[in-house]
Amino acid sequence: MDFTDSPEEAEYRAKCRAFLDATLPRRRPGHVRGYRRGEDGPDVVPQAKAFQGKKFDAGFAGITWPKEWHGQGGTPIQQMIYDQEEANYDTTVNAIGLQLSICIPTICRWGTQEQRDRFAPRALRGEEVWCQFYSEPSGGSDLGSLRTRATRDGDEWVINGQKIWTSLAHEADWGVLIARSDFDKPKHEGLTFFYLSTKTPGVEIRQIKQMSGASHFNEVFFKDARIPDSQRLGPVDGGWKVAMSLLMGERYSMHDEFGPSFKELFSLARQLELNGRPAIEDGGVQDRLAEFYVKAQGLRFTRHRIMTSLARGEAPGPEASIGKLVAATKIQDAASYGLELLGAAGAEMGADMALEGIFEVSFLDSPAFRIAGGTDEILRNTIGERVLGLSPDLRADKGMPFKAIPVGSK
Amino acid sequence: MNFDFPDELKQLRDTAREFLVEHCPSTLTRKALESTDKVDRALWREIGEMGWLSAAIPEAYGGLGLGHLSVCVLAEEMGRAIAPLPYSSSVYMAAEALLLYGSEQQKHSYLPRLATGQAIGTLAFVETAGPSNPASFDTRFVDGRLTGTKVVVPDGDIADFAIVAVRSLEEGPSLCIADLGDAGVTRSIRPTIDPSRGHATIRFDRAPAEPLPTAKGATAFQHLIDRAAVMMAFEQLGVAMAALEMACDYARGRYAFGRPIGSFQAIKHKLVDVYISTELARSNCYWGAWALESGSSELAVAAAASRVAACDAGWTATRENIQTHGGMGFTWEMDCHLFYRRARLQALALGSAREWKRRLVGALCARESVATPADIAA
Ligand SMILES: Cc1cc2nc3c(=O)[nH]c(=O)nc-3n(C[C@H](O)[C@H](O)[C@H](O)COP(=O)(O)OP(=O)(O)OC[C@H]3O[C@@H](n4cnc5c(N)ncnc54)[C@H](O)[C@@H]3O)c2cc1C
Repeated sequence: MDFTDSPEEAEYRAKCRAFLDATLPRRRPGHVRGYRRGEDGPDVVPQAKAFQGKKFDAGFAGITWPKEWHGQGGTPIQQMIYDQEEANYDTTVNAIGLQLSICIPTICRWGTQEQRDRFAPRALRGEEVWCQFYSEPSGGSDLGSLRTRATRDGDEWVINGQKIWTSLAHEADWGVLIARSDFDKPKHEGLTFFYLSTKTPGVEIRQIKQMSGASHFNEVFFKDARIPDSQRLGPVDGGWKVAMSLLMGERYSMHDEFGPSFKELFSLARQLELNGRPAIEDGGVQDRLAEFYVKAQGLRFTRHRIMTSLARGEAPGPEASIGKLVAATKIQDAASYGLELLGAAGAEMGADMALEGIFEVSFLDSPAFRIAGGTDEILRNTIGERVLGLSPDLRADKGMPFKAIPVGSK
Repeated sequence: MNFDFPDELKQLRDTAREFLVEHCPSTLTRKALESTDKVDRALWREIGEMGWLSAAIPEAYGGLGLGHLSVCVLAEEMGRAIAPLPYSSSVYMAAEALLLYGSEQQKHSYLPRLATGQAIGTLAFVETAGPSNPASFDTRFVDGRLTGTKVVVPDGDIADFAIVAVRSLEEGPSLCIADLGDAGVTRSIRPTIDPSRGHATIRFDRAPAEPLPTAKGATAFQHLIDRAAVMMAFEQLGVAMAALEMACDYARGRYAFGRPIGSFQAIKHKLVDVYISTELARSNCYWGAWALESGSSELAVAAAASRVAACDAGWTATRENIQTHGGMGFTWEMDCHLFYRRARLQALALGSAREWKRRLVGALCARESVATPADIAA
C-alpha cells in the first residue's frame, strides 16, 4: 500500500506540473476566479477558451480519447493525475467543461468519422463551445418527460418547444438536443437525439438570472428550427439510449466542486478569535472542523481508491458513485459554517473579506451543485438501486403512451 | 499509486470471512451475551493456530511477521462477525504495547503465548468518566508495585495479564505489565452495554508489575492508542458493513403497502447515507492503515480521522439497521441489537469520537507548523 506514483506516473505528473506552472497561477486558499466563483465576467469564457487551446497544444486535452477522436490515446490514470494537478491552479476552464465530458463524446460515440473530424478538434482546442439542450420546464430529473417536438419533414427535422437551464447556451456555438419524435409511444421510446448550431434560425436564447446574480444558464426557444437529418445521432426514436450512454458513464472527478472546504475553514478558524482565544481552540469549533476534515479526507482517499483501480486497468468499484453527492452538500455546509464563524460580519461580501470572500459567494452559489448534473435525491435513488440493490420507485407512468402522462407543474 | 490491500491479504480476508461465518456465527455472540462464559477457548486457540493472533508479531517472537495491514484485514472480519473474542484487547492493545515498548525479555516471555492464544492480554487505562488524560491517572507504579483502580477493562474478566497505564512521573514509565493472577489484583466483573464481551473493574493493591522500559511519558501511551485506534477502526467498519447489509437484505424482502420497503425513499435514501458513511470511513481507514504500516508521521492525524469516521459509520449503520427492521428490530431475538451494542462498545473503548475530534484538530494544528497548508486538506 503506497501513494507514490509509478515512475511513469511521476514523469507524467511532472509534465503536467511543468505545463501548469508555465501557464497558470497557483490557487491560494479561498482564491477562485470567475465562473468557479459563481461569477459572470466578460473574460471568463474567453480565458477558458484560451487556456483550453494551450492545453491542447501541450497534449493535455482529451487525454483518454482515442486518436480517432483526436485525443491523446492516454489512460484514465493520466487524466486523473492531470485533473489532480490542475485543481491546484487558478483557471476558468471548467466553464467550458461540459463539451468534453458529454457533448463531444456523444458526437464521437454515435457520429461518423467525418463528424468527429469536424467537431472534436475544435472543441478540444476551445475554438468552439458546446451546450446541452436536455432539461425542459416539464422536468429535468424526469428527463424522459420532455415535450420539445421533433417532426420529420423530408430530409429535415422541425423542432418546436423549449429547453431550460441550458448552461452557457449564450456563449455556445453548438448544442446537443434531445426531443420527442413520437408522442404515442411510452415516454422513453419516442425520443430522438440531434445536434445543431445555436445560430440556427428559429432558436432564441435568453439568459436567466440565477439566485447568485450571475447568468450562466438560459432558456431556449425553438420555433420551427430546422435540422438536417444528417445531424441526428442514433436511430429515430432511439435518442434515450444515446443520451444515457454518456449521462450514465461514470465520471470520476479528481477534485471537489469549487467552493470552500476544510482548508478554508481551518484557515478561518485560526484567524478568528472567539472569547478572546483563537476560534480553533474552541471545542465546538473543533468538533465541526474535524467532521469536515474527515469528509474531505474520505473523498480524497476514495479518489485514491478509484485511481488504484484505474491504474490496474480495472473499473472502479461502487464507491465511485458517492463523490458528487458528498461534495455538493459539503460545500454548501462549509460555506454556511464559514459564515457562522464570521458572525455578524459574515453578511458583508467582497474580495477583502476573510479568505477573499469565498464563504459569502459560495453561500449563494452552492445550492446549484446539489441540483445540476443530477439532484441529490436522484443520485440517492441511483445509488440505492444500483449499489445497494433496493427496488426502484414505483412509476405512475410505466408503459403509458406519453401523451396520456401528466407532466411538469400543475 | 497503490492504495489497496495486496492480493494475498484479500485472500486472507476471504478465508477469514468464510471461517468466521462457519465457526463464529451470531449465535455464538448471543451465547456470550446470555451467559457468563464469554469466550470459546477452543475457537480462540484455533484462531491462534491459523496465525490471526500473531499476524503482526515478528517471527522471532513466534509470530508470522505479516505486518499490520494483515491485522486490519482480520479486524474488519472480526467486526463483521461481531465475534465474542478478546481480539482487540490481545492484539491491538496488549501485543501492540509489547511490540512497541517491551524489553526483549518481556517480548520473549509474553508474545509467543499471545500468538498461540494460550494467554489473553488486555490494556487497562480508564479510571473515571470523561477523556483519559495520562497526566492525571491515579494509578501509580512505585518500587515495582502497582497501585490503583482501572474500570471497564475489556476482557478484564478473563485476561491473563494487562498492560496498565500509570501516571508517568518525570518521564518515567507510563505503561506497566502485570499478571492478573498475582496477589494484590482483585477483579470484579461489571455489566456493560455489550455483555457479549466481558469487562471488569480491576484493583491493583501493591501488585507486582514491570515497566515497559521504553514507554516513557504520556506520548508513549497516546502513540499506542493511535495505533490501536486504526485497527479498531477496521473492526468498527466491519460491524457497520454487516449492519448495512443486514438492513439492505431486510429492505429488499420486507413488503409494506404492496411494495418492498426498500422502494420507499425514506428507507432507500437513508441506507444510501449509511453506505456513504461506510465508504468515507473505509477510505479514512485505508489511510490509517497506510500510516500504521509505514510508520508515517501522519499517524496521529490519520488514526484520529479513521476513528472519527468509523465511529460515525458504526453508529449510523447500527441505528438505522434497527429502524429499518421496525418492531422486529427492537426484539432480543433479532441480531440488530448485537450490532448496535458492539458498535457503541467499540466507539467508547478507546475514547469517544468527541475526544478524537479534538485530538484530530490538535494534531492538525501541531502539524501545520511543519507542513505546508497545501498538504493539509483534500
Ligand atoms: C446551475 C445549473 C446548471 C444546469 N445546466 C444544465 C444544462 O446545461 N443542460 C441541461 O439540460 N440542464 C441543466 N440543468 C438542469 C438540471 O439538470 C435540472 O435542474 C435537474 O436535473 C433537476 O430538474 P428540475 O430542475 O426539473 O427539477 P425537478 O426534476 O422538478 O425536481 C424538483 C425536486 O424534486 C426532486 N425529485 C424529482 N424526481 C424525484 C424522484 N424520483 N425522487 C425523489 N425526488 C425527486 C428533485 O430532486 C428536486 O429536489 C442545470 C441546472 C443548474 C442548477
